[in-house]
Amino acid sequence: MRETRVTNAAAPHVRLVHLSAGFAGRSVLRTLTVEAPAGRVLAIVGPSGCGKSTVLRCINRLHELDEGAFVSGEVEIGAFPVYASTTNVVALRRRVGMVFQRPTPFVTLSVFDNVAAGIRAQRRDIAQGEMESLVEVALQRAGLWREVVDRLFGSAMALSGGQQQRLCIARALAVQPDVLLLDEPTASLDPMGTQRIEELLYDLRDTVTVIMVTHNMQQAARISDVTAFLLDGGIVECAPTRQLFTTPSDARTEAYITGRFG
Amino acid sequence: MSTRAQRRRRSGRLMTGLTWTAATVAIIPLVIILAHLLVNGLGQLTPTFFTQLPSPPGVHGGGVANAIVGSIILVAIAMTIAVPVGVGAGLYLAEHRRGRFAQVVRLLADVLSGLPSIVLGIFAWELIVRPSGHFSAWSGGIALGLLVLPLVARATEEMVRLVPVALTEAALALGFSRWRTSLTVVLRTAMPGIVTAMLIAMSRAAGETAPLLFTAFGNPFWSLDPARPIAALPLQIYAYAQSPYDEWRAQAWASALVLLILVTIISVAGRAVVRARAKLLSAVTPRVGRVDA
Repeated sequence: MRETRVTNAAAPHVRLVHLSAGFAGRSVLRTLTVEAPAGRVLAIVGPSGCGKSTVLRCINRLHELDEGAFVSGEVEIGAFPVYASTTNVVALRRRVGMVFQRPTPFVTLSVFDNVAAGIRAQRRDIAQGEMESLVEVALQRAGLWREVVDRLFGSAMALSGGQQQRLCIARALAVQPDVLLLDEPTASLDPMGTQRIEELLYDLRDTVTVIMVTHNMQQAARISDVTAFLLDGGIVECAPTRQLFTTPSDARTEAYITGRFG
Repeated sequence: MSTRAQRRRRSGRLMTGLTWTAATVAIIPLVIILAHLLVNGLGQLTPTFFTQLPSPPGVHGGGVANAIVGSIILVAIAMTIAVPVGVGAGLYLAEHRRGRFAQVVRLLADVLSGLPSIVLGIFAWELIVRPSGHFSAWSGGIALGLLVLPLVARATEEMVRLVPVALTEAALALGFSRWRTSLTVVLRTAMPGIVTAMLIAMSRAAGETAPLLFTAFGNPFWSLDPARPIAALPLQIYAYAQSPYDEWRAQAWASALVLLILVTIISVAGRAVVRARAKLLSAVTPRVGRVDA
């Protein structure tokens, strides 16, 4: 049983409290409150344009980079206040990895250097041997090591779409984040690539708190512990995944998961 | 009776013919110039033309070695100014797209790039030649640098804007600081395009005459001293072409041919970089709905 597994103390919970966000003149998230349990997978589902990606982008403070963006409310990672005035945004983002809808490998770098990029940004003097082992561990966790071991120093752009996406996951994992944000990570992948990434997310459980946005209801049901249904910038329902999919308490949730809208 | 298909084919052929004619008309001047240069200049292009100094009128032989070297020095000074300032400014413009200061800088850069080049020569003369009391390579190089500065800045801006936002966000999300993202991800990704722009700027600087007339001034002797007047190919052409001596006028053609060859080499190098860039960009294009994993 999933629920009986012991959580890692290192993986923190992520709590969003009365979070509102949007762009000048357009509100996207409306006083939303939701919690991602430590070391578990939280899936956020909902129709297009309901604000799923914005939720993720508020957690690592990417949202505020967009023009006219505003955020109010609180986000906590463990005891760490994300929106405190003293928060170092760069340090925050080093604890919170993110994987985007489409693969975003650094085009000018090799496979190895892509994974090493985050480590290099954090630690100036790192021994070559240690770097090599960190890169290897990250690639193995992402299930990519065996496929790229003989072309570590070739261009990352020579990999297939699915491999590029797993490379991006390896790059995010290499810096050993506490939280991993995934924005429809399998949206541009085929079923095989999707399956590999889902297996990987399952393996990450306990060591990393995962928050994943997905369009795919089956995917949410397969790999998440908790699912939040987001509609028009507000949480309609947030419950253990099995409960949400079998006995939803809100009529709108039921309508959505049975495919009557969205 | 003509069917629709026949009519379409006929108008298709007509349009193809018209565009072909336009393309041909467009290259005719270039072909004529090239032929003229070859006919008048090729005879003078002996090895000594590249290695010797200009000879006095009436003395046979002589070359433009000093002008070739002078042009290289002038372009080097120009690029030393234009590249760091231009790339930095372009990066700023791209990252602060709508800021008021960026808009003012962008407008001024566009005005500056539309300025007649002789105005930059006057400016460098007023700023450097007059206070220092003599013509110099410094003043010529600075005039050329100012000339191509807006070109480098605007091209850098365009190239940086082509870098997908997703790549910048990926770097920031990884805990890269702003400057690290700009230098190691954005600039590196845009580099092939920026290099191409630099090569175009170099060709432009190498071919300009007007900004050099009262700055670099020209020099019939060897000079590598940037504080003294220096020879340059366009100045040499200008001086020789106006001279009353047939031999010098022939050498003007040959100098023009040398300049053309230099510029061609630079732009062929630029094209090679563009090709490499195209390859890179096609790799960046997101692969949606790929079948393999």
